[in-house]
Amino acid sequence: MLTIAQEIFDAIVAHAKRDHPDEACGVVAGPEGSDRPERFVPMVNAAGSPTFYEFDSTELLHLYKDMDARDEEPVVVYHSHTATEAYPSRTDIGLASEPNAHYVLVSTRAHGNSEGPVEFRSYRITDGAVTEEKVTIVPLTNPQQTEEASTP
Amino acid sequence: MAIEVRIPTILRTYTDGAKAVEGAGGTLSALIDDLEGNHPGLKERLVEDRSGSIDLRRFVNVYINDEDVRFIGGLEAELSDGDQVVVLPAVAGG
Repeated sequence: MLTIAQEIFDAIVAHAKRDHPDEACGVVAGPEGSDRPERFVPMVNAAGSPTFYEFDSTELLHLYKDMDARDEEPVVVYHSHTATEAYPSRTDIGLASEPNAHYVLVSTRAHGNSEGPVEFRSYRITDGAVTEEKVTIVPLTNPQQTEEASTP
Repeated sequence: MAIEVRIPTILRTYTDGAKAVEGAGGTLSALIDDLEGNHPGLKERLVEDRSGSIDLRRFVNVYINDEDVRFIGGLEAELSDGDQVVVLPAVAGG
């Protein structure tokens, strides 16, 4: 199961809508071994394509060095499909290289850049096998702090 | 001559789980052959035969001291003692 905070869910959806009709991509990093997606890192789709995505190789290195320095790993690897359902394509399955990550697929085919719900689904992809998992959205990363902050 | 090579999660099955291993070689090609000796199977995951010539796999990125080797000679990129090599699979899909 993927447990993800509402604001990170919203940020992924907003990124996918913004980049439509091209595919959007990025990761959500979290402490190694924690399974908690905490740090939203949108990436540029170097392929700039409606049917393909690829992180720029230099940015990829920076991302991994940064995560390494923070003892993080990519807990979520996300990308959008802009004309098809939110299910991993054959290419997605063939190139999946993070066996511990939740692969999130968002489909913007219904509403494109406009307001409206999107398909948001999560999968494990290991050794070519795809397993869909439940997505649980939690209200806020740190509700207590936010409550205090909103108290006059 | 020791060169540190950072191994991505998906290839750690070839390094008994080690995040980094040491190798030797004056070029990336020689380093990969040296690594293969201690970590059989690794080479096959890094390079492929493209119509008779061996080249880096399209969706594997290798960096020498933070430079993508594709810009500095590919498999013939030169290495010297103390260099750091990082292997990262592309994050890509359709």
